[in-house]
Amino acid sequence: MMRSLRREARGGGRETEAFGFSPEARGSRLVAREFLERISLLGVALSLALAAPLHAAEIKPHRFVTPNGLTVLVVEQHALPIVQIQALVKTGSVQDPPEKAGLANLTAGLLDEGTTTRNATQLAEQIEFVGGALEAKATHDFTTASTRVLAKDTELGFELLADVLLYPSFPEPELERVKKLILGEIIAQKDDPGAVAGKAFSQLVFNGHPYSWPVNGTEDTLLAISRADVQAFHAREYLPNRTIVAVVGDVTVEQVRAQIDKHFGSWQKGPEPARTAAAPAAIDKPVVKLIDKELTQTTLVLGHVGISRTNPDFYAVTVMNYILGAGGFSSRLMDSIRDKQGLAYGVMSQFEPRAAAGPFLVSLQTRNATAPRALAGVLKELNGMKAAPVSAKELSEAKSYLMGSFPMRFDTTHKLAEVLCQVEFYGLGLDYFTQYPTWIAKVNADDVLRVAKHYLHPDRYALVAVGKMSEAKLKE
Amino acid sequence: MQSGLVRSLTTFIISILWLLSGSPSAFANVQEHQLANGMKVLLVESPKAPVVTVQIWYKVGSRNEIMGRAGLSHMLEHMMFKGTPKYPKGSFSRLIKKNGGNDNAFTSQDFTAYFENLAAGKVELALELEADRLRGLLLDDKEFQLEREVVKEERRLRSEDDPQSYLAEALFAQAFQMHPYHWPIIGWFPDLNAMTRADLKRHYDTYYVPNNATLIVVGDIKAAKLLPVIKRFFEPIPRKPLPPQQAVAEPEQKGERRIVVKRDAQLPAVMVGYRAPNFSSDDAYALTLLESILSHGKSSRLYRSLVYEQKLALVVGAEYSLLQTDPELLYCFAVAAPGQTTEQVERAIYAEIQKLQQEPPSDLELQRAKNQVEADYVFGQDSNFRQAMLFGQAETTGAGWRQAEQFVNKLRDVKAGDVTRVARKYLIEDGRTVGILIPTPANQTAAEAK
Repeated sequence: MMRSLRREARGGGRETEAFGFSPEARGSRLVAREFLERISLLGVALSLALAAPLHAAEIKPHRFVTPNGLTVLVVEQHALPIVQIQALVKTGSVQDPPEKAGLANLTAGLLDEGTTTRNATQLAEQIEFVGGALEAKATHDFTTASTRVLAKDTELGFELLADVLLYPSFPEPELERVKKLILGEIIAQKDDPGAVAGKAFSQLVFNGHPYSWPVNGTEDTLLAISRADVQAFHAREYLPNRTIVAVVGDVTVEQVRAQIDKHFGSWQKGPEPARTAAAPAAIDKPVVKLIDKELTQTTLVLGHVGISRTNPDFYAVTVMNYILGAGGFSSRLMDSIRDKQGLAYGVMSQFEPRAAAGPFLVSLQTRNATAPRALAGVLKELNGMKAAPVSAKELSEAKSYLMGSFPMRFDTTHKLAEVLCQVEFYGLGLDYFTQYPTWIAKVNADDVLRVAKHYLHPDRYALVAVGKMSEAKLKE
Repeated sequence: MQSGLVRSLTTFIISILWLLSGSPSAFANVQEHQLANGMKVLLVESPKAPVVTVQIWYKVGSRNEIMGRAGLSHMLEHMMFKGTPKYPKGSFSRLIKKNGGNDNAFTSQDFTAYFENLAAGKVELALELEADRLRGLLLDDKEFQLEREVVKEERRLRSEDDPQSYLAEALFAQAFQMHPYHWPIIGWFPDLNAMTRADLKRHYDTYYVPNNATLIVVGDIKAAKLLPVIKRFFEPIPRKPLPPQQAVAEPEQKGERRIVVKRDAQLPAVMVGYRAPNFSSDDAYALTLLESILSHGKSSRLYRSLVYEQKLALVVGAEYSLLQTDPELLYCFAVAAPGQTTEQVERAIYAEIQKLQQEPPSDLELQRAKNQVEADYVFGQDSNFRQAMLFGQAETTGAGWRQAEQFVNKLRDVKAGDVTRVARKYLIEDGRTVGILIPTPANQTAAEAK
């Protein structure tokens, strides 16, 4: 929904958030009191509800698997004549060869740049003429491609999505052009202190693990990728038996069956690609990286390896993290660092659960001179979570928020289709939509203290600071 | 990372929704009421899910500020969360959150708005809290001193340390020399430093009055049942005289203005702003489609030319919103691809504008722009929040929600020749302000250093 309304002409699937000319980024048309946070689907980051949730109990997905192994999930919603078709392919930047980091992202970025029957211009013109959207992007663990259309264009939505997933032709000129765009984006990201800090942080925390490299690669690794690499990656990784398709909106299960059969039926099943499931190793002492840039603020990112999405402690960690720093103005970090000390505009903590253990991090921006004070404040709150149980009030408020706001996480067709794909990907079970509140309800103060002690490590963390280091006076 | 999140704020001001709102179904169940104290109430029954959005919009933004106090409206917005005698500091958001809701606020040039999204059964809580802070704000001086520091951090984050935002700020300051669109919503540092509690109190007492507010509730409500509740909370608040809303008119621009920003940045960028009318001109519809033809999607002209064919730019775009209280800008922007110069990029933007001035868009292209606008409207209906945003923006900028049906019809009536005509009328050299961002070489290399 958000993307469709962006007014920038932008390439689908690439991380153009590196560029800041949107009206709000330029700060001239609207300034909000608090960051309206990126929707984190199954994660624990607080998501601001922009739309009406449906009854949680009403989400009863219909699921079937086709003969060629494609898993399909359907939720019929007939209130509006719109259809969202979302595919998740179980491959991402973790499958990049280290020397060719960025391969999964480049492959995804090229899907809509030409197929065996349509060139890049035709693909763009066909979807845009009907006011629809076609997008593809890779993340660490999976790749998504989607179309969004009015119900009258449902067939086109299936046809184009199948075309880009099954028959991309990866034309050499488009490959060279898109590579240059991504290279430019990597350069432009250096103007974003958060992106600079995030990349350095991932390197420190996931040293040696595939999570250490950026999804979009680096200047060196991107240049090493050839057309043959992309073709081979696509042939090996894009398989119906490794793909989930979720369809949400004004469409019936029967229609979906027919469309899937027609457009995805010829997709050939393939052997499951080999997977090495190495868990990220924990760091054993504080490591610090200071990056000097001519800035008025220092961006601090502090954290370490967190949890995977399938960790049974996920729900207790969610509650604990809400109280620590994901609960906006109800969180301890916001209360201490912003409200009591005025040190930062935004401060938050997040566990980003992935297929393997993803990062835990606290991030904030403060003027250079107050960086040491803000850092001390963060460590104090981390230690505080481990030292004593949370209060009954904190616990009940966190739980009532998480349970009460849960339906807002899938309150648009787009969000619901994404959540469906991930529920299937992580194997959470289709009763997820009814069970989530009960899983949260079960968390008690002992659980919160236990997971704080187990998953927070204020004694062995990675810290990245990006700012004017002569003023910030942090120690390496 | 949070700085990336700034960009995701794009969810907000989505002027296009306004244009799309012509479908009669969107307005079928809007109920408008005027309370005895002059407050306007818009209620929309949308029972598809058991939730509501409550929004209260005040006609006050940076447009209502005076030189030397830029950022006062936004600072006051922050202070609105700092407590009343009944609900002390911190309790507002805490109460909403523990009831499973989200709340926030935003300030623009023309308005300040507050919202709560929550379960339908909790609508009274939001109404009570909003009524309470419309009247009894504490404005504690110690809290203000702290919050000033928070807002200064926000300014550093949004503007000082973001080269493109910094350029945009500089461009607006050039394009508007007398009108208050001259200064940024968040304010300049000296103004933030000079601000006092007395300034905030005066601003609050002047503009936070019921006859300057529009309350909008969209969701699973029964309007007939809710209205008495709204009256109970808000009608006891007395009306007050308001100052004139007229802002200084910006005189006609006589010649191109240029602003060059040299600073630490990776890539050069170009921004070209043209003075453009707001909703009060019929030309606004053709300009809206013109902007779409220029920048909407990979098949748009700027993308085709600058990114795809000539490979001059990494990112291009254009912005135009007709929902402004006073005429503002239609602007184009581009981030140069590595190795390309701003001169080339700027020329390429003008070449596309010139084409639009010389030759009407094809029927297919115009139809695509209209289809995109109409489809976006349908997609936007997914959300109570967006509908309420649209009404709030329309009301506070003076367009009024009732005119909406006309807008989409007028949009449909736009002919290819109209696009050419408005391109010739508004996208003119003497009326443009050009902003150029030039990365400073010394810092560029410093940034590369490990």
